[in-house]
Amino acid sequence: MDNKKILAIISAIAKKIESEKDFLTELDNEIGDGDHGINLARGFKSVEEKLPTLADKDIGAILKGVGMQLVSTVGGASGPLYGTAFMKAGNACKGKSQLTDAEFASAINAAIEGIKMRGKAVEGEKTMLDALCPAYKALKDGIDSGKNLIDALKDGVDAAAAGVEYTKTIIATKGRASYLKERSLGHQDPGATSSLFILQSTLEVLRGA
Amino acid sequence: MVGIVIVSHSQKLAEGVVEISRMMSEKTPLAAAGGLEDGSLGTSYEKICAAIEKVYSADGVLILMDMGSAVMTTEMALEYLNKENIKMIDCPLVEGAVLAAVESAGGRTLEEIVERVEETRTAKKF
Repeated sequence: MDNKKILAIISAIAKKIESEKDFLTELDNEIGDGDHGINLARGFKSVEEKLPTLADKDIGAILKGVGMQLVSTVGGASGPLYGTAFMKAGNACKGKSQLTDAEFASAINAAIEGIKMRGKAVEGEKTMLDALCPAYKALKDGIDSGKNLIDALKDGVDAAAAGVEYTKTIIATKGRASYLKERSLGHQDPGATSSLFILQSTLEVLRGA
Repeated sequence: MVGIVIVSHSQKLAEGVVEISRMMSEKTPLAAAGGLEDGSLGTSYEKICAAIEKVYSADGVLILMDMGSAVMTTEMALEYLNKENIKMIDCPLVEGAVLAAVESAGGRTLEEIVERVEETRTAKKF
């Protein structure tokens, strides 16, 4: 995977978030403050505008630039969370213009660790981690057992989708939804859903190659 | 004097807390970082950095915030600025801000103010 592929992935994520903006906001209206889609779409729109200035940079610098842009422009919790995720992934890819499959998985792991650190959160609290952690585990297992990146990431996306379903069955204990306590049951988490969209967009770009 | 920054999702709330705090201590450097650039609800990294800069001195800055992204975005600003004498504190926003402003005007150090304001975590209104 080279920096052109990373740029294509970021661009695909931005388009996906824009097209799912209303759906994410609808989900957030149910159990949050109703701004997840609007905020993320604003953030990724500005990321897309910034991409040309990052085009000739290495993968680490691209991801870091994306993260900083999200922190500056999102305005909700997903800004510092996804911002930290991209910045940590960028650190893991510092100076690299190519990533092996294992390095790609490591970057995702670094991103997830960043979200855990920033949100002081763990799995099972009805957050983006409930999509991302199972996705990483499936991806890593796939790569370790010799699958190619596309097949391993497909397992990851399936695991993330199952994780989103799982968030319907649990009570939120982190984030704005935690104020609702048991009334958060039955609703899927908007953050887990946007994480699923990010992984889906990544897979779509890799498949298109 | 230690500067005080109020971070909130709402511009009105941040400015209101500054307004109430100023009633008790006109001299204290206070700055609001509320809402997004266009005034809508949310927390702005740029506004937080600008507010810190506005009240910063060698005496330091204490930051109080509401919840969620206000906390996380402030954390990121502090990681970027990386200065020992800028601290965020977990306390009730209004009571904490009023007390911090009073203590700052009274010439207390940042560490002393943090210690005092932490007491508002268990303070009762009645």
